Amino acid sequence: MVIRGLRVVRGGRPIIDGLDLRVPAGSVVGLMGPSGSGKTTLMRSLVGVQDKVTGTVEVLGGAAGSPVLRRRVGYMTQDASVYTDLTVVQNLRYFAALAGIPDGAEAVAAAVGTVDLGGHEKQRVGTLSGGERSRVSLAAALVGGPDLLVLDEPTVGLDPVLRRDLWAVFRRLAAEGRTLLVSSHVMDEATQCDRLILMRDGALVADTTPDELLATTGAPDAERAFLALIDAARPAARPAQGTGPSGSTGPSESTGPSGSTGPSESTESTEETAR
Amino acid sequence: MNLTFATAGRVLSQLRGDHRTVALIIVLPCLLIGLIAWMFDDQPQVLDRFGPMLVGIFPLIVMFLVTSVATLRERQSGTLERLMTTPIRKGDFVAGYGLAFATLALVQALVVVGFATWVGMDVDGPLWLVLVVAMLDAVLGCTLGLAASALARSEFQAVQMMPAILFPQLITCGLLMPRDQMPEVLEWLSRVFPLTYAVEAMTSLAAGDEWADIRGAVGVIALFIVGAMLLGVLTLRRRTA
Repeated sequence: MVIRGLRVVRGGRPIIDGLDLRVPAGSVVGLMGPSGSGKTTLMRSLVGVQDKVTGTVEVLGGAAGSPVLRRRVGYMTQDASVYTDLTVVQNLRYFAALAGIPDGAEAVAAAVGTVDLGGHEKQRVGTLSGGERSRVSLAAALVGGPDLLVLDEPTVGLDPVLRRDLWAVFRRLAAEGRTLLVSSHVMDEATQCDRLILMRDGALVADTTPDELLATTGAPDAERAFLALIDAARPAARPAQGTGPSGSTGPSESTGPSGSTGPSESTESTEETAR
Repeated sequence: MNLTFATAGRVLSQLRGDHRTVALIIVLPCLLIGLIAWMFDDQPQVLDRFGPMLVGIFPLIVMFLVTSVATLRERQSGTLERLMTTPIRKGDFVAGYGLAFATLALVQALVVVGFATWVGMDVDGPLWLVLVVAMLDAVLGCTLGLAASALARSEFQAVQMMPAILFPQLITCGLLMPRDQMPEVLEWLSRVFPLTYAVEAMTSLAAGDEWADIRGAVGVIALFIVGAMLLGVLTLRRRTA
């Protein structure tokens, strides 16, 4: 995934303003950030359904949303977007057909197994529990065997056992060589990712790894490390703060942890938006 | 093309699971025609004249409503957004819906025409043509519903699209007053509405006309179907805010 100068306008207001990002293939990438930070908008831009997008968004070597790519990308929306009046298998068979798998029986069975919904095949999705429903939605995203899975908060509202199981599934899919972009605001999940992208107000706060995040912030856990980074980025958006905006851009803190990819640029763009 | 069939199959599966909707679509027109037959029991010519028109109008209204609500549901549940990330083309989506509802319309037309004949409707023209026109009307309703749903942002608006788009057609189509007796402007207006041609075809079939007499009207209905489909495809957005 290569993103250069991404800018997305929604409702007359820029949601993402000048984002640069590079994500290598074959890993689990966590997209973290408070709600309203632009995570979903970024994901929608990557799968090609976001309107008013400028800048370059390349996925798997092609332009985001191009017809060839649509076969290779699986997208799971935030709400379980499957047909509640169809059974689990009917849903999955349809999405398998859309991905170009003519006789989807095998792929459907595999997807059902992956999300551990065996025994519910003939059940209507509307009669399933919330957690089961979102697993059907996940299965619908992976039934076509995509190279890139874009999952928008797949674990939100799930119990800890299910969350653990799903993350095991994500790790397994990545081990098969797929790339997963998983958004979340549960910071515990950050530690399970290979890479972390932290967003705030439509800008990149950090592009790092879990270990690097903990090491550079010196925080005891991911949650506090994240808060430290967010707070460090905050004065840019609130220049009135007493500590003074000059020191608060905090190069030592906010630029430090992210290291490799342009966090300094993104901090600047946050400032621009604020002004 | 495969994805059109996959989509049609999926929509039909959804309908199969929804017995009440299917019952309403098929039984309701029979019930209404039964009422008319009963009301004009001693004037059988009324059913002979209006029966075929109603057989043509019901599927249009019903399919319009069902499709516009179904499409709106796809928009709101996020399934449409998800579909737009898959290789499906917008034409597949529209044609898939059209195909699924045409199938349902065939069943509806068979049952309704069968019932109407049973309660005493006499069609002087060929009965199979009544079936064909009824089915075309259903597909037209379906494609109009798809196009209209793009204008609706909520269920309230979607349901209002029916009176907004269909009622003017119902009023001017010749059902209430023969078109040649209308004020000239209204008569002209009726010519740009598709329902007019559906009613025209049905009226002339009731009077004993053959294929050669109605093919012009049928052609116009077919053109409207193509136009509404194109409109449906154009108003479907892959990228949304």
